Amino acid sequence: MANVTNNRPLSPHLQIYKPIPTMVMSILHRITGGALYFGTILVAWWLIAAASGEAYFDYVNAIFGSWFGRLVLFGYTWALVHHMLGGLRHFMMDFGYGLEKELSTRLAKAQIVASVVLTILIWIVGYMAR
Amino acid sequence: MDMRTPLNKVRGLGAAREGTEHFWRQRVTAVANVPLFLFFIGFIIKYNGKPFAEVASALHNPIVATIVALMVISGIVHMKLGMQMIIEDYVPVEWQKVTLLMLNTFFSFLLGGLCLFAVLKIGFAG
Repeated sequence: MANVTNNRPLSPHLQIYKPIPTMVMSILHRITGGALYFGTILVAWWLIAAASGEAYFDYVNAIFGSWFGRLVLFGYTWALVHHMLGGLRHFMMDFGYGLEKELSTRLAKAQIVASVVLTILIWIVGYMAR
Repeated sequence: MDMRTPLNKVRGLGAAREGTEHFWRQRVTAVANVPLFLFFIGFIIKYNGKPFAEVASALHNPIVATIVALMVISGIVHMKLGMQMIIEDYVPVEWQKVTLLMLNTFFSFLLGGLCLFAVLKIGFAG
């Protein structure tokens, strides 16, 4: 007998659908969430460095301050801001608001613009505060 | 015959026997994360590039230490719940799923423990 389980029809998966803003933001929400999961290592590393004394703190700061370190931290900042904005959108949708087609699409587009702008702003302010 | 009301039937049950707990904790920690991480972003903006003594004394402040500790707890719980959902969604093979769910728990507790110890060590120092 044929393998029944393997012959079952599959429902269409991601690549079948045309990407639309709300869908892309939903996927990005999960990706940024996963990235932040591992990004927490950076927070833990920094806190441990601050608890370990000046020599190790300076060593970790130098790594975070290198061009690669800054690139990773910039990515972490964007992931955090994007995930937070996505979360705020989810709060709104949990209460039943902003679900209309045009509005939800506009909010999804606004989210990606806002996350990039806010991330750059945070870094500008961060550099100015130095 | 089942005499229970539909509400009572659904309360605290479901396949995982915990009803909406996962969903609810994800929301509670998400709400908590917003102000806590905004504070952390502000803290990093203010203290980036500052010498060790200045950063350590800022983290030594009881209010700052408490907020950072709360951020760690809320953040770790939130990320553990989120990763659990990702694993449950994408890993169909039972033993692999169970292994990854355990690793998720261990990883989250390890990171949480490290962060909290570090925060408390700085907080109690001096």
